[in-house]
Amino acid sequence: MAEKIQFELVSPAKLLLSEPVEMVVVPGEDGDFGALPLHAPLISTVRPGVIDIHNDGKVTNRIFVAGGFAEVTGERVTVLAEEAFPLDELTSEIAAERRAAADLAVTDAQTDLDRSRAARQVAIAEAMVVALR
Amino acid sequence: MPSLKDLRLRITSVKSTRKITSAMKMVAASKLRRAQTAAEAARPFAERMERMLGTLAGAMAGQAGAPAMLTGTGSDQVHLIVPVTADRGLCGGFNSSITRSTRLLTAELLKQGKKVVILPVGRKGREALRRDYGHLMIEGFDNLGRKGITFPEADQVATRITQMFANGEFDVCTVVYNRFVSAISQNVTRQQLIPFPVPAQSETVDASARAVYEFEPGEAEILAEILPRNLAIQLFRSMLESQASEQGARMTAMDNATRNAGDMINALAIKYNRSRQAQITKELIEIISGAEAL
Repeated sequence: MAEKIQFELVSPAKLLLSEPVEMVVVPGEDGDFGALPLHAPLISTVRPGVIDIHNDGKVTNRIFVAGGFAEVTGERVTVLAEEAFPLDELTSEIAAERRAAADLAVTDAQTDLDRSRAARQVAIAEAMVVALR
Repeated sequence: MPSLKDLRLRITSVKSTRKITSAMKMVAASKLRRAQTAAEAARPFAERMERMLGTLAGAMAGQAGAPAMLTGTGSDQVHLIVPVTADRGLCGGFNSSITRSTRLLTAELLKQGKKVVILPVGRKGREALRRDYGHLMIEGFDNLGRKGITFPEADQVATRITQMFANGEFDVCTVVYNRFVSAISQNVTRQQLIPFPVPAQSETVDASARAVYEFEPGEAEILAEILPRNLAIQLFRSMLESQASEQGARMTAMDNATRNAGDMINALAIKYNRSRQAQITKELIEIISGAEAL
């Protein structure tokens, strides 16, 4: 398939990735969705999980994101993620550390806001564990 | 007339001052470059987020249930002002222009009978505003971005503001910061963050941008999530801009100081040489007239 879709991964600090790809699979809030060229326009929240980049019918790159937003148009997929790194860099130690920190945050949480933030951290840590499997 | 020794001491002291200012200038120049790259690198995220927000707000327009962060609380009685300054001085008018602008804004709002709350970011702004508006001030943030602003730091400030907004502690939030134009010029900018003014969708946007979007889970849910994030991003951006401006201002200020010190050294050196000459002449005259008297 010759048609490609422009995939952009942006973090607050910088543009992490911008390249034409065949397909990306994004972990949307309501379930994973694959975006191919000419996909219908869509805006979705992204849950913590793994973005798969497909080229030549294979997964060529896997990136872990800690949630964010995705915008899909016919020719472009933009993912805004506050934290993102290649799945290769994720180890079980990192996941365990995050988990411990998240659990600590849960017990320390005083206000509703703290609690919801802690819950988010837990979700990220859990997604890391799932991603490693 | 200062003595020769005094002059010599003055010259040495000005010389060491010049060494310090020129070193500070060079440090600021290298930090400026870093801060500038950071500010530029942060732009794509903010731009894309704005585009998404524009689309979302467009889709929500005319519908009930839009989050208060976008539409406002319906009143504008209590204003939260966030002046972004540096932690350190010696950077020309950088900090004072922010505090001046904040003072003007506060005075204006108070005159209109509004309430004002000030959340200072940066030590210098807090210290300067404490005298006049200490009673309006709440605890702010210091020591951010020692090694360059990171997003989690900006997020910390944003979380605090979000929480205050959720508690109904204010209606309108404005951030006052120095926007970076170039190393020698910074613009004091007041930007309203809450309610967030969504850029009007221009007529020139291409067909794909105007296309009807699908939303997952739903417009309201995404908006509710994206708005606090957007607040963090906008703050992050203004803090980055402020940091680049600070280094630019410091570089210019220190460049001036170095040049002034050089001028002063020249002037002092001339004065020193002249008075040395005068003293030699005086001594000679004394010797000659002493010899003649014999």
